[in-house]
Amino acid sequence: MFKDIFRKTKYVTIQSAPSQKRSPSEPSPQEPPVISKRELPDGLWVKCPKCGEVLFTKNIEENARVCTTCEYHFRISARARLKLLVDENSFEEWDSEMISEDPMEFPGYKDKLLEAQEKSEMMEGVLTGRAAIEGVPVVLAFNEANFMMGSMGSVVGEKIVRAIERAIDLRLPVVIFSTSGGARMQEGILSLYQMAKTSAALGRLADEHLLYISVLTDPTFGGVTASYASLGDILIAEPNALIGFTGPRVIKQTMRQELPVGAQTAEFNQEHGLIDLIVERTQMRSALARLLLYHQEGAQYGATV
Amino acid sequence: MAQLFDFEKPIVELVQKISELKKFSAEKDIDLSQEVSTLEKKVSRLKKEIYGNLEPWQKVQIARHSERPNFYDYAPLLFEDFIELKGDRLFADDRSIAGGIALFHGIAVTVIAQVKGKDTKENIKRNFGMPHPEGYRKAVRLMDQAEKFGRPILTFIDTPGAACDLGAEERGQGEAIARCLLAMAGYRVPVISTVIGEGGSGGALALGVGNVVLMLENSFYSVIAPESCASILWKDTSKAKEAAAALKFTAQDLLRLGVADEIVREPLGGAHNNLHQTAEELSQVISKYLVRLRSETPESLREKRYQKLRSIGVYQDKDQDKFALDLTKGLD
Repeated sequence: MFKDIFRKTKYVTIQSAPSQKRSPSEPSPQEPPVISKRELPDGLWVKCPKCGEVLFTKNIEENARVCTTCEYHFRISARARLKLLVDENSFEEWDSEMISEDPMEFPGYKDKLLEAQEKSEMMEGVLTGRAAIEGVPVVLAFNEANFMMGSMGSVVGEKIVRAIERAIDLRLPVVIFSTSGGARMQEGILSLYQMAKTSAALGRLADEHLLYISVLTDPTFGGVTASYASLGDILIAEPNALIGFTGPRVIKQTMRQELPVGAQTAEFNQEHGLIDLIVERTQMRSALARLLLYHQEGAQYGATV
Repeated sequence: MAQLFDFEKPIVELVQKISELKKFSAEKDIDLSQEVSTLEKKVSRLKKEIYGNLEPWQKVQIARHSERPNFYDYAPLLFEDFIELKGDRLFADDRSIAGGIALFHGIAVTVIAQVKGKDTKENIKRNFGMPHPEGYRKAVRLMDQAEKFGRPILTFIDTPGAACDLGAEERGQGEAIARCLLAMAGYRVPVISTVIGEGGSGGALALGVGNVVLMLENSFYSVIAPESCASILWKDTSKAKEAAAALKFTAQDLLRLGVADEIVREPLGGAHNNLHQTAEELSQVISKYLVRLRSETPESLREKRYQKLRSIGVYQDKDQDKFALDLTKGLD
């Protein structure tokens, strides 16, 4: 059942997708995903970690990387997600060239960054810009799971803050898709303070009466849950997404506490009153469009006050 | 008997030798005062040498010392009066965060502090200083009142990290911390955050959004516990010492990185060696900044706090040449 999500051996490599070379890794920000030994030939097929069904990779890609049998949501790259959401040719990317330094001279960080760039085909762990969703203009940000598990260092924090500040200038709503292991260890205290920085920027957005929708996707943990991902006017999660503050493995290690089956899933979070909506990936575009339309007037109200 | 660390052993041995010598000299009526005074000089030299050059891991040990003063030790020395106010009005009162109103140098302030216990019994009561969501929600409730009544806010950070159990997850630990960050960033009253012991990750940062961030000399403030970092990097928690150096989280590092504004001196060997002296130092430094901040307008306090946060981060932006701050230079 849900526990199967953590079983490394069930993951396989998908090679047909250009920007999503690997299947989901476990929700740990620092470890590279483990490729299964039972790799299927040519990545043509993929086994669903939830229902065990062997599926045509092509069919999964065509179905927004959602299992056609049980609707399990495979992880998806930032760019693939963008493509599913926004009106054609409406996206204008921001700060795409911003890259990390190694301010702490942290062991192995520079290599990790290069590896992550290669793997994700992105310069850093977040994609930001403006676009239109069913005609409604919006500022967007997407964490990239393939870039050090979307962890937040100086660049991720700065790009998100700039996106929010531009949304204020442009008087646009903001939608952020989070996928992250949390604050990026390799930039030490600077990463930690990106939590405060992004939260402070969202405070300014709220002061301007502008809408912020936070979409939590698998996995969202640590410093990202404890900052921008939790501060949406509306919180949406994808089905089955693991969302929490402390990762299940750390809870198990430090508290010697075994989490009940299904803990920290989107459904668990909703049951405990922590998120508004669970929306399937294939329905995300229309759900966001509806919510954005409701708030268009709100933004104008803010502008005239 | 106070908790002793390996690096302190040479000092203790020498002190013991001196007392033996004194005893011997008294018993046998032999004048050894010259030898004693030489050795005493050596002790004070050794102390300066050892305590003046502590490695990051040694500072971690001092910051976690079982007798390190906690907030309740400082409170009666820092404040003329302190009224503790409890509860988040939603779920419970979290005893790992204390909050209330106090008189500091004659000024009414709101105080929020993380509190670790000093023995097992107290630590169980205070969850080892690891707050649950209700602790952070109490903090926001009390800080909102500070904003309402125009009282400056003083926070004191001392936690290994936020609580990491099922209950914390069920009650929205992430959201509770995020609300603290959001709330603190928006206040128009002066906010001074002081790390007095351990500053463990997001659970510490939740009280760290100050106009001014102060750190006691032997405190540390880190994105991750050194043990966890070692476990991720080298799959070996016993390499925490190496991780402590790699994370650059001492007060001195944070001052260089522009996160901390000033380091508050501790007596040689750590705050536990002289509570009153440490409290006095804390009192003076906090008071100095409070006077400065109180002279600013509410809007400027909020704007400057935002700009302080805004400036934290090191990166390269090819579009705008090198946008990064000059922070890296100090690290060499």
